[in-house]
Amino acid sequence: MSVFIIRRLMQSIAVLFVTAVVVFLGVYAIGDPVEMLISPDASPAERAQVIASLGLDRPMWQQFLTFLWNAVHGDLGRSFVFNRPTISLILERLPATLELTLTALVIALAIGIPLGLISGLKPNSATDEAIMTGSILGFSLPSFWQGMMLIMIFSIWLGWLPSTGRGELGSFLGIQSSFFTLDGLTHLILPAINLSLFKLSLVIRLTRTGVRETMPLDFVKFARAKGISERRIVFVHVLKNILIPLVTVIGMELGSMLAFAVVTETIFAWPGIGKLLIDSIMRLDRPVVVAYLLVIVSLFILINFVVDILYSLIDPRVRLGEQS
Amino acid sequence: MTQPVLEVTNLSTHFPTRRGVIKAVDEVSFTVGQREIVGLVGESGSGKSITGFSVLGLVDPPGRVVSGSIRFQGEELTQLPQKAMRAIRGKRIAMIFQDPMMTLNPVLSIGTQMVEAVLAHDRVSRTEARNRARDALGMVGIPSPEERLDAYPHQFSGGMRQRVAIAIALLHRPDLIIADEPTTALDVTIQSQILYEIKRLAQEFSMALVWISHDLGVVAALADRVLVMYAGRIVEAGPVEDVLSQPAHPYTLGLMQAIPSAVPRGEPLRPIPGMAPSPLARPSGCSFRDRCQRATEICSAEPRLDILADREWRCFHPNEGRAA
Ligand SMILES: Nc1ncnc2c1ncn2[C@@H]1O[C@H](COP(=O)(O)OP(=O)(O)OP(=O)(O)O)[C@@H](O)[C@H]1O
Ligand code: SF4
Ligand SMILES: [Mg+2]
Repeated sequence: MSVFIIRRLMQSIAVLFVTAVVVFLGVYAIGDPVEMLISPDASPAERAQVIASLGLDRPMWQQFLTFLWNAVHGDLGRSFVFNRPTISLILERLPATLELTLTALVIALAIGIPLGLISGLKPNSATDEAIMTGSILGFSLPSFWQGMMLIMIFSIWLGWLPSTGRGELGSFLGIQSSFFTLDGLTHLILPAINLSLFKLSLVIRLTRTGVRETMPLDFVKFARAKGISERRIVFVHVLKNILIPLVTVIGMELGSMLAFAVVTETIFAWPGIGKLLIDSIMRLDRPVVVAYLLVIVSLFILINFVVDILYSLIDPRVRLGEQS
Repeated sequence: MTQPVLEVTNLSTHFPTRRGVIKAVDEVSFTVGQREIVGLVGESGSGKSITGFSVLGLVDPPGRVVSGSIRFQGEELTQLPQKAMRAIRGKRIAMIFQDPMMTLNPVLSIGTQMVEAVLAHDRVSRTEARNRARDALGMVGIPSPEERLDAYPHQFSGGMRQRVAIAIALLHRPDLIIADEPTTALDVTIQSQILYEIKRLAQEFSMALVWISHDLGVVAALADRVLVMYAGRIVEAGPVEDVLSQPAHPYTLGLMQAIPSAVPRGEPLRPIPGMAPSPLARPSGCSFRDRCQRATEICSAEPRLDILADREWRCFHPNEGRAA
C-alpha cells in the first residue's frame, strides 16, 4: 500500500511538471497580454514600466523558472487583471464547480443505474427501446442546445426554475454551498441536469451492456441453481460485477465533467472555475489560465487515485501496488 | 420396487432460432433410482447439459421445455411455479457445473457465496450458516476451511474451486445431484481424486447422482447405469457393465473405441467418422444414419425403442452378441 502511494506521488509530480511546461508554452502562443492591459495612449516609458512589473520583459525560460520556483512554494502567480493571487481566485470558485459536478454525477448514477438495469434485464422490450432512444438523444444533442432548451422550457415557459446564478448560499459546518438553502437548490437543478445528461446516457448504456454480458455467465446460473432469489442475483451478483467498468468510466468522466462544466457554467452564468477560465482566456490573463489547468490536472490525479482505491475495494483480484 | 428419485418422461426442450427450431432434447425418458449413479454420455452438443438444466428449470430463454414430464420424488416439476422451483433448487436437487473457473462469482468471497446458499433455504443465523459452510469445505478436503471462507475464487486452483462447488452442492444434503462434466476441465490426477470424492460422498449421504460426461471411461468407473445420448435422444441405456461389454447401438460402440483407456495398448484409437449432425439439419429417421457403418435403407425410418429386460436401444441393426 505505501509502495503504491509513494509510486503514485512520484508519477503525479512528473505529470504535473510536464503539464506545467506544456501549459506554459501553450499559453504563450495565445497572444500578447500587454495589448489588452495597457491603454493605447500610454507613453513608451509607462509601457516599459508595466511590462517590467509583470516580469514580461525577461526571456521566456527565465519567466518559466521563476514560475516553477514560485509554484513549488505554493504560489501560482498573480492575475494580471485582478491583481490577486490566482490560486485564491480559483479556490474561491472551485466549490461552485464541485457542487455542480457532484450533483450532476449523483443524478447520472441515481437515475442511470436503475434505468440501465431495467433495460438490460428486459432487452428489446418496449421499455428498453424507450430508454435507449432517450439515451441516444442524451448522447447526440449538443450540451449547449440541451441547456438552452432546459432554460426555455423550465424558466421561460413554465417559470418553475431560475436559470442564472447560484442563488442564495447557506452555511453548514463552515461550508458555504447552495445545497443548504431552498433557493440555492432551485438554482442548482437546471445546470446540474444539463451537465448530467450526457453522463446519464453513458451510465445507462454501460449498465445495460454490463447486465447483458453478465447475466448469461455461468456464475449467475450457478447462483440460480443454489436457489438464490432473482433480486439478490441482480443486486449483489450482477451489480457488483458491473461496478467495475462503471467506476472506471465514471472516474474518467468526472474529470471531463469538471472541464465540460465550462459550457454549462457559461449558459447558466454559474460562478465556477469554468467561467473564470473563459473570462481569463478572453483577457489573456495568462497566470490564471496556467493555474487553472494545473488545478484541473491535480484534480484528475486525485480522482484517479480514488478510483484505484475503489477498484481494490470492489474487485478482489486487484491489489494495490501490483499493477503497472 | 421403491419410487425413483427422478422420472423423466418424453421430455423435449427446444430452442426456437431464426433458422429453425433446435431440438436440443427430443423425447427423452429415463429414471434415476434412489442412491443410483447414472452416467449420461454423448458427444458435444448431444443435449446432455440441456437435459440437466431442464430438470432444474434453468434452460436459458428462448429455450424451454415444450413437452414431457419431470417427476421428482413424485412431484411434477414442469408445472411448478418459479417460487416453488426455487425452493427445490440447491435444497433437494443440486447441480455442479463443468467449468470451475466460471461457476463462482469472482467478486464475492467463498464465504459469502456459501452463506447465501444456506440462507436461501434455511432460517438460521449467519454464524450458524457460516459454520455449516466451513464444515462443508472441510468435508470435501479443503485445508483450513475457516480461513478459506474469506478467500476469493481467484485464490483457488481449478481443482479446489470444483471442490468448493461440490461443497456448495452438499450444503443441504440434496436427494439428487446433477454433475455436468465436473472434472472435464481438470487435469487427470485431480480428476480421479474428485471422482473418488464424489462417489464416496454420494454413498455417505445416500444421494442419487446424474453424472454427465463425454467420456465413457469416466462413467464406467463411477456409474451403475449409463444413458447414451445422441442428437438430443437417448439411443441406448442399461447397466454400465452390460452396455460396455456388449454395446447394442453402433454409436455406443463408436464411443467405446474412442476412449483411450478402453482400447488395448497398441491398437489405434478409432474416432467415430464424420461429425454430429447440425441440430438444425438432422437426417430423417435414425439421426446417426450418415455416420453408421451398419446403416441400411430401413434406417431412414425412425427406429423405435427396443426394450429387453433392463436394457434398451434405438436401432434397427443392433450389434450381435448384445444382451443375450
Ligand atoms: N442458448 C442456446 N440457444 C440455442 N441453442 C442452444 C442453446 N444452448 C444449447 N443449444 C443447443 O442445444 C444443443 C445441446 O446443447 P448441450 O449444451 O446440452 O450439449 P452438451 O451435450 O452438454 O455438449 P457439451 O459436451 O459440449 O457440453 C446444442 O446443439 C446447442 O446447439
Ligand atoms: S438405426 Fe440404422 S443407422 Fe441408426 S444406428 Fe442403427 S443401424 Fe445405424
Ligand atoms: Mg454440456
